[in-house]
Amino acid sequence: MLDDFLMRAGLAGIGLSLATGPLGSFVVWRRMAYFGDATAHAAILGVALSFASGLPLYAGTLIVALGMAATVSALAGRGHAMDTALGVLAHSALAFGLVAVSFLPNVRVDLSAYLFGDILAVSRADLLWVWGGALAVLALLVWRWQGLLTATVNEELAQAEGIDPRRERLALTLALALVVAVSIKIVGALLIAALLIIPAAAARGLSRSPEVMAVLAVALSMLSVLAGLQMSLRLDTPAGPSIVAAAACLFIVALPLARLRRG
Amino acid sequence: MTALIEARGLTVRHGGVAVLANVDFSIAPGEIVTVVGPNGSGKSTLIRALIGLAPAASGTVQRGPGLRIGYVPQRLQVDAGLPMTVRRFLSLPRRVADADAAAALARVGVADLGRRQMSGLSGGQFQRVLLARALLARPGILMLDEPTQGLDQPGVAGFYRLIEEVRAETGAAILMVSHDLHVVMSATDRVICLNGHVCCEGTPQVVTDAPEYRAMFGLGTGGALALYRHEHDHDHDSDHGHGHDPAHPHHVHGPDCQHGAHDAG
Repeated sequence: MLDDFLMRAGLAGIGLSLATGPLGSFVVWRRMAYFGDATAHAAILGVALSFASGLPLYAGTLIVALGMAATVSALAGRGHAMDTALGVLAHSALAFGLVAVSFLPNVRVDLSAYLFGDILAVSRADLLWVWGGALAVLALLVWRWQGLLTATVNEELAQAEGIDPRRERLALTLALALVVAVSIKIVGALLIAALLIIPAAAARGLSRSPEVMAVLAVALSMLSVLAGLQMSLRLDTPAGPSIVAAAACLFIVALPLARLRRG
Repeated sequence: MTALIEARGLTVRHGGVAVLANVDFSIAPGEIVTVVGPNGSGKSTLIRALIGLAPAASGTVQRGPGLRIGYVPQRLQVDAGLPMTVRRFLSLPRRVADADAAAALARVGVADLGRRQMSGLSGGQFQRVLLARALLARPGILMLDEPTQGLDQPGVAGFYRLIEEVRAETGAAILMVSHDLHVVMSATDRVICLNGHVCCEGTPQVVTDAPEYRAMFGLGTGGALALYRHEHDHDHDSDHGHGHDPAHPHHVHGPDCQHGAHDAG
């Protein structure tokens, strides 16, 4: 069954959705969209590092994504003007990554595979990484769910209950870096943030509780992956952007539905 | 009667600046203490230090063993992107049984709000839900940071009445912070004027008569700390009259407290 490239692609996308649904919900609730962008764009620098040092791709990407996420986290803790700082970091990381890749002497790297993803080329080993990473993130979020949610509602309130908001922020930072690392082959560095945010945003209007929103986001994300794959296969479009385009269509469909529910 | 929480010589710094300097504080079981002071006077910092959120640069804070604190933070906002019913909110961070949640909501007078979204509540409803959540922990002391901010006068009066009922029923001590310098709950046993240090403290009348209070806060209500009176079961009973009912059941007169006779005249 895993011999079929389409099957592997579908499984990879479905596995990834298990993590992006709940994590993306937190990104929406905590307004971390730009934070996700910065971490994801840094992944290209991680790709360059991997090729230059001979590290496995996922390890290099994870290291750089973690570094970026930690930097951004530290800046946020000090109360810098985040909008500008993140804009600087996100795009510089991307630019330096692209420049660094061009310096690599002996490697002919197909950059577009990392910018936009190449889900149809997912191998069995990739599948293992994606599922391992996604399940780890999911487990982390489920384990800390109540604390994460309390800290998201109000950090003071959480603190008074003995929850350290910094620790919860760190957990999310870790999760984000992990998701970025394992999803770079699937949707690519440019569109990871979209896969986090769009399904969660679409689920928002249809949900009355945080749990429902997270589960719905998983479902919508899976649907986007499958629809995007079909589109990519039939119309020969790039897979990553097709998945995000499908998610965007679902978002648009969800808008009037949400209004109906409220109406 | 030993203190629930006691601070001695408490100093708290923010980035080198002493926000609180050498503050002595204690609160007894069932006591209602109101802290007033201008913005930036360290009121919230005092609460945070007593809870243990703000580390003391010097001095000590001692909390009674096993003391449970019900904390109602300054009005917080739930992001519209976060779907959260009132019922779900009550289960943060510890899940509570449906019956307990319903009882807590009923106690604070918002029994029918359980299924409503947090982001759609009015200011008064929001405060009551926060209070319900704090009560679920069965606290020995309730700490409220400017709980009446943004409420209109009937709202404030209603909220104060509710706090008083809660105290009567549960015996919990109440520590309330207010930036409204001239109006405090009539049931307040003790008022503390804070401005980086304790300017003066005592019964509302003692504080009103203190020259420090007059110097610092001026004479906005004719120099008197106005009291919310609510002997009657009436919603609009929010006139913070300057007069004081000597028969008021909740006010404990100190030995040097003359205002009963003075006001009746």
